[in-house]
Amino acid sequence: MRPGQSLCSIVMTQPAPDTPATPALAISGLAKTYASGVVALHAVDLTVARGEIFALLGPNGAGKTTLINAVCGIVTPSGGSAHALGHDTRTDYRSARRLIGLVPQELHTDAFETVLATVSFSRKLFGRSRDDAFIEKLLRDLTLWDKRDAKIMELSGGMKRRVMIAKALSHEPELLFLDEPTAGVDVDLRRDMWEMVRGLRERGVTIVLTTHYIEEAEEMADRVGVIAKGRLIIVEETRTLMKKLGRKTLTLNLAQPLGAIPEALANWNLALAGDGHELVYEFDTQAEATGVPSLLRAMSDLDIGFKDLNTKQSSLEDIFVDLVHESAAEKHP
Amino acid sequence: MNLLGVWAIYRFEMARFGRTFWTSLVVPVITTSLYFIVFGSAIGSRMTEIGGVPYGAFIVPGLILLSMFTESIGNASFGIYMPKWAGTIYEILSAPISPLETVIAYVGAAATKSVIVGLVIFATAHLFVDLPVAHPFAMFAFLILMAVTFCLFGFLIGIWAQSFEQLQVIPLLVVYPLTFLGGAFYSIKMLPPLWQTVTLFNPVVYLISGFRWTFFGKGDVTMAASIGALALFLGLCLAIVIWMFRTGYRLKS
Ligand SMILES: Nc1ncnc2c1ncn2[C@@H]1O[C@H](COP(=O)(O)OP(=O)(O)OP(=O)(O)O)[C@@H](O)[C@H]1O
Ligand SMILES: [Mg+2]
Repeated sequence: MRPGQSLCSIVMTQPAPDTPATPALAISGLAKTYASGVVALHAVDLTVARGEIFALLGPNGAGKTTLINAVCGIVTPSGGSAHALGHDTRTDYRSARRLIGLVPQELHTDAFETVLATVSFSRKLFGRSRDDAFIEKLLRDLTLWDKRDAKIMELSGGMKRRVMIAKALSHEPELLFLDEPTAGVDVDLRRDMWEMVRGLRERGVTIVLTTHYIEEAEEMADRVGVIAKGRLIIVEETRTLMKKLGRKTLTLNLAQPLGAIPEALANWNLALAGDGHELVYEFDTQAEATGVPSLLRAMSDLDIGFKDLNTKQSSLEDIFVDLVHESAAEKHP
Repeated sequence: MNLLGVWAIYRFEMARFGRTFWTSLVVPVITTSLYFIVFGSAIGSRMTEIGGVPYGAFIVPGLILLSMFTESIGNASFGIYMPKWAGTIYEILSAPISPLETVIAYVGAAATKSVIVGLVIFATAHLFVDLPVAHPFAMFAFLILMAVTFCLFGFLIGIWAQSFEQLQVIPLLVVYPLTFLGGAFYSIKMLPPLWQTVTLFNPVVYLISGFRWTFFGKGDVTMAASIGALALFLGLCLAIVIWMFRTGYRLKS
């Protein structure tokens, strides 16, 4: 029993037993309003199972970092609660934080420390006793071993990010937060990062990462949560979400403007734009038949000529706009 | 208790001091020597004794206190301001370590350095004057308690400060006036009665008086008042610092 905690409160808040069924992360009603008045999180609920890789996808300012920081103790939540492997992150922060590793979005490092010193420091700070063999393996895995005696300020940005990751893993956490792990990272390091994430998952580590890129979420995550304006608007299995999101538009610049969409083209999901100068076709890239070739054939049959065409993958921002509208429409039909 | 965590921060801070160890000892030694030359020899030759103590020896406690005060505030405030400024504080905030443990680690390290500085000045003073110490154990205890108190004060300034200017202005605005007006280099009994009363609101008066008592067996105010003032100052700083960590004042958003 911790000092200051009455027997009564222990009996009442039956501590969730740390069984395999306990979620790695359970957030309920977590909210944050900054002193400036900005509401960064509106009562968010989220459960992440053990061993899962969960991606938080959202545009700038959506509240991804705020969510992670509120769980890790860097931001004081305005309301709600979070449990890491069954431990309340506020009332039982010691047990919770021992199990959590955090790689923040920004590269915050002690410029004058050496790589080895700073990683060893992190392990002790989190209450773990010295383990040279483990730290050596960690640094080797992150290809930092050769740089172990270099001062951090002598490292490149990508290597600094590896150092941050090594620090976060130094105490062998069971729940790892990666806040934009691939921002400003080259292709090689990105691939290494993905491999590392998979390796960690094999060891049973649960990972919550944030990203701006749909492809990254698709590549790495089991489930994806889309966050916009402080609200978690959708949480889906990655495959399901990709189906929803994988839409493209084909825009045809017509030679002659059309007044209306001809009857013969009613089978395609078409719209007119630019005063009838553009014909816009929206289609699903994951569908078996996109309908593009048949559309073009039908147009040629009808003698509708076009000067130019282009296709566009709906951008993340478009998707967010769509999703936000959709979820608003669902709530207020 | 996360003793390993406390030890890690303590070691980290001591290593930081280690990198600037010599400069940080040379500066107080030179400053102290200058004070001895100016106050002890030049002026001291005119005012030979205060309350039966030769002037050169009389100013030693004040000199040690002044150097420890500036060193403590400098080190302790910088120790916490830097991680805040560089962003590395995220790791401390996300670690399984309590506010009290964090304070013990940071302030403990800064106080260790201040005690070393105090002792070096004490040793330097022996080069210039005969220095009897009436109560060596009390003197050492007082030295440590003062170091801890000053470092706590510096630590809360480091949390409070939002710019390097604020970090630097406090020593100028607080330390020097309080120390110089607090009787570091004279007995407040030499002041006119009105000023004597005003001075009694200055906490440094009690610290210097108590510290001087451990050397010469007498001070301006009673030893009980000195110990009481020290305890009050220490308790107040500790309470404010713990409150800052609990609420995340200027540490978290
Ligand atoms: N310390 C702070 N004080 C006040 N407002 C803040 C603070 N930090 C973030 N915000 C605001 O909260 C909102 C959410 O920010 P947050 O950093 O969580 O977004 P994000 O999803 O991580 O964005 P990005 O993709 O750019 O990293 C934004 O409107 C931001 O301006
Ligand atoms: Mg962010």
